[in-house]
Amino acid sequence: MSLLEIKDLDVGFDTPDGEVHAVNHLNFSVKAGETLALVGESGSGKTQTAMAIMGLLAENGHVKGQAIFKGKDLLQMNATELNQHRGSEIGMIFQDPMTSLNPYMRIGKQMIEVVMHHKGLNKTEARAQAVEMLRAVHIPDPERSIRQYPHEFSGGMRQRVMVAMGLLCAPDLLIADEPTAALDVTVQVQITHLMSELRKKSNTAIILITHDLGVVAGLCDRMLVMYAGEAVECGSVEQIYYDPKHPYTQGLLNSVPRLDRPEDKELEAIPGNPPNLLTLPEGCKFRDRCPKAFDACRKKPPMQLDEERHAYRCFLGESS
Amino acid sequence: MKERVLRVQDLAVHFKMREGGLIRSKTHILKAVNGVSFDLNAGETLGVVGESGCGKSTLARALLALIKPDRGRVLWLGEDLHKLDEEALRKKREDMQIVFQDPLAALNPRMTVRDIIAEPLWTFFPKMARVQVGERVRGVMKMVGLLPNQVNRYPHEFSGGQCQRIGIARALVLNPKLIICDEPVSALDVSIQAQIINLLRDLQKKLNLSLVFIAHDLSVVKHISDRVMVMYLGRAMELSCRDHLYKRPLHPYTSALIKAVPVPDPKIARAVSDTGLTGEMPSPLDPPSGCVFHSRCPYSVKRCELEVPPLRRMENGDWVACHCAEELDLTIGKSG
Repeated sequence: MSLLEIKDLDVGFDTPDGEVHAVNHLNFSVKAGETLALVGESGSGKTQTAMAIMGLLAENGHVKGQAIFKGKDLLQMNATELNQHRGSEIGMIFQDPMTSLNPYMRIGKQMIEVVMHHKGLNKTEARAQAVEMLRAVHIPDPERSIRQYPHEFSGGMRQRVMVAMGLLCAPDLLIADEPTAALDVTVQVQITHLMSELRKKSNTAIILITHDLGVVAGLCDRMLVMYAGEAVECGSVEQIYYDPKHPYTQGLLNSVPRLDRPEDKELEAIPGNPPNLLTLPEGCKFRDRCPKAFDACRKKPPMQLDEERHAYRCFLGESS
Repeated sequence: MKERVLRVQDLAVHFKMREGGLIRSKTHILKAVNGVSFDLNAGETLGVVGESGCGKSTLARALLALIKPDRGRVLWLGEDLHKLDEEALRKKREDMQIVFQDPLAALNPRMTVRDIIAEPLWTFFPKMARVQVGERVRGVMKMVGLLPNQVNRYPHEFSGGQCQRIGIARALVLNPKLIICDEPVSALDVSIQAQIINLLRDLQKKLNLSLVFIAHDLSVVKHISDRVMVMYLGRAMELSCRDHLYKRPLHPYTSALIKAVPVPDPKIARAVSDTGLTGEMPSPLDPPSGCVFHSRCPYSVKRCELEVPPLRRMENGDWVACHCAEELDLTIGKSG
């Protein structure tokens, strides 16, 4: 059974220029202990999907569809009901660790608060758990670190604190929004290792939101590729890396500069620019940039599913 | 032999940082760039790579004489830039341009694309006829893949990739000999990154430009560089020909940086265990003694703590700052 099931999710924003469709008819599910990557470029709707699940959309945002977590629809809950799940059963790691930690509070207090609130522990017990968690994410000298303020940590350390906070209440689901995007490569490796280590230990399901196909390859089981608010391809990581069906996925994989390929080869860029979400084209949204587009693409291609549960939204499918 | 356009000798930029209040204030010296030397030939691309805080952006600014170095020289076609008076320096800048990291922030939001690209022409050739300016602007716009009918638009009407093209057009409009690209693609999406890297590579070949291409990871500069310099805490660790560097790096830090780039292939990526790097990057205010990298280096020996390794030339012409370079075999793909 799925831990989280997203059905027909629509996220839109009212703006002075009209309605922006950030996410359109998105469907996916996450099983317990599974790591799913939401991959896409800026504006593809991956972050807004996470925000909708967490009930954190901006005020002008509205959401339709269902997000069923352990049998209950998160989208129907009010803030009080949501708060029973957020932080305890669903953890979240935000992209920028400096702006999501409170600069005025010692990190200890920020962590202890969460545990006391959700687990009903007293301060001493909560503190012990927080120290334990900091140790688990390899923060040196956690007893001392817990009394420090966020600015006293380096970027990598702060992101570790964020990971620790996300995992404090041993959530069943962790949503990580670009957890390594702001970090240097050598620190990025450490954080991804840390996440995969913790996942093995606690069987936490992870939704990893990222644009970095390298990180996905090392960490995830399945992935969902998004373009202009729609899912264009979904399958296991192996299926998508070794046999991508959608021309956008193929383009993405080819445009990553790789160290294991000869350097003289020109990078294969995807021509053009992502579409404006205010004026989305009819039919296939990738049509204008697609090297293989043909007449049929004027109509919206349905999601096709092959025998190995590899789904893709393209008329070409097998032959592409 | 190729013409050498830029020679940097023992360049150092230090910043004074004050700590504490009025009474017990202490001044620390932050050595952002500490003794960097290299040459750059006409038509050559030098990739400069390092993690945040390694001094690569400070280096870029010192190369363009936007900040004053505390030591060392920057010779542009044989002339020391930092010895020139303001007017002479301004004239030199015609030949040297910069492309910034955040494309939208680098463009004036209240100017049209035409004005943004034409501004350097107005500054350097105030007497140039309008028609000529317009022609030149349309010319560079075509070169970077912008449409001539976009001249009257404002930066916010463009996507990130297109804004970076505008930034490149502005840098090209004066026909410079050298362009310094300070992380030109790190704010862009992958599919657009590749467009910009390919564009810069093509332009460089076509116009015989010299490029200094700054990035924080090695994968990006691989496709565009002839040589790559790896920096760590203000010092050059290695300066090697590209084909050598990615196959057999000479410095343990280079090897760690190569291993840290995630490979988009599940089988390979899952097999990667470690970069061999331990610990955090030390504060640039208080760098380790001896080799600045010794505190994180898996191969560190006693000598590394005591003696600063000079950047020295190896037999094959590459440069490295490591005491143990001869003994180490860091060939990529070999385990251990």
